[in-house]
Amino acid sequence: MRITQGTFSFLPDLTDAQIASQVEYCLAKGWAVSLEYTDDPHPRNTYWEMFGTPMFDIRDAAGVMTEVSACRKTFPNHYIKVNAFDSTRGRESLRLSFIIGRPAAEPGFDLVRQEGPGRTVRYTTRTYAAERPEGERY
Amino acid sequence: MNAKVDPTQSGDDGEPTPPRSAGAKQEDAPGNPLDLEAAYSDSHVGEVLDGLERELVGLAPVKGRIRDIAALLLIDKLRRAVGLSSGPPALHMSFTGNPGTGKTTVAMRMAEILHRLGYVRKGHLVAVTRDDLVGQYIGHTAPKTREVLKRAMGGVLFIDEAYYLYRPENERDYGQEAIEILLQFMENQRDDLVVILAGYKDRMETFFRSNPGMSSRVAHHIDFPDYSQEELLAIARLMLQQMQYRLSGRADEALGQYIGKRRAQPHFANARSIRNALDRARLRQASRLFERKGVAISRAELETIEEADIRASRVFAGSASQNDPGQNAASKSL
Repeated sequence: MRITQGTFSFLPDLTDAQIASQVEYCLAKGWAVSLEYTDDPHPRNTYWEMFGTPMFDIRDAAGVMTEVSACRKTFPNHYIKVNAFDSTRGRESLRLSFIIGRPAAEPGFDLVRQEGPGRTVRYTTRTYAAERPEGERY
Repeated sequence: MNAKVDPTQSGDDGEPTPPRSAGAKQEDAPGNPLDLEAAYSDSHVGEVLDGLERELVGLAPVKGRIRDIAALLLIDKLRRAVGLSSGPPALHMSFTGNPGTGKTTVAMRMAEILHRLGYVRKGHLVAVTRDDLVGQYIGHTAPKTREVLKRAMGGVLFIDEAYYLYRPENERDYGQEAIEILLQFMENQRDDLVVILAGYKDRMETFFRSNPGMSSRVAHHIDFPDYSQEELLAIARLMLQQMQYRLSGRADEALGQYIGKRRAQPHFANARSIRNALDRARLRQASRLFERKGVAISRAELETIEEADIRASRVFAGSASQNDPGQNAASKSL
């Protein structure tokens, strides 16, 4: 099952040229671009691991793209996303975040039902991949 | 064999390309002269070149080279537009010359020219030295160098005193690692980054001799000559004009003498020494005006540098005692 998180997630995967032009847009707006990766793509897992530091003083998308290819090489079977952070006073938060790398096979999510008191049922989801330890999931 | 060679030779002697697809080329031919004009004015590179001519004194060989490069890039662009082969030009450069001959200034202009011609996307200049590229510990250099290269992408990376990267006397020096990463980027990311290496001529030559890989990837070696006396004076006047100062008639004369004396002294750094001298003259002018508290100061006095401001320099101290002791004493008291 294809994971849809962040911007553009219902579109086909972006090509490198498309990623570069999105990054170019972010840089033109003065946002700091950073990369994050994870192998636990649960929708409530907000904090992925950072790949390097946020790139605050980069002027051109090519610099970010070298980092993108380095990240893909290091984590070929992880989810990778690009974040753009707006440091403007009063905003100070992410403006754009999109997935640019995903494992070849995404097994999807298991729906877990938990029996509660008084026949209540609590639902939760858990990715099948998460049964294995971190780093061996995909 | 002969029969086979002849036709190609005749093709090379005349016009090598038209025979292949004569129809397509004939269509382009009338448009070409117009295109060059249009491309030249579109790129606004003329303005930069004129600015170079106007704001940089002397440096004739450098300007000539930059004009050549700009012309090549423009023609290459046109060639690409009509479908002729145009390999991505190698644009990495080496600027050699004594201190203060304008290497950094020209590099900045270069970034602008390349940007106007569309060879670098952003046209910013990242100026670094060995400290910014080479780390202190094992494994520290590569990320540091990459960081700088990433920052420079889309623009020009200016490495001042590049020969410090290579220290043959210390085999465990990490400079070599930085050079290797630099080479890798210079080769693979030619579209993203232009590298300019700068430094003294003789030491750069040693550097290139011991790093043949670097030498072969640097296409343009530009040498910056020292300035003559007249050029230095012209530079001084230009600097003052930009700072909105002017010299009184006798101060102009004194400045000429100052430059002559200063050039003969050790550690003379061309235009940089002139800038420093002018800065000190401004200091003296300021304190001279400050001394006369209570008297109204006119606009003309604020912008004029007098002879005494220049004569007070240490450069005159040695010889002035023989020539003009009275003058020297007077200026010292100021």
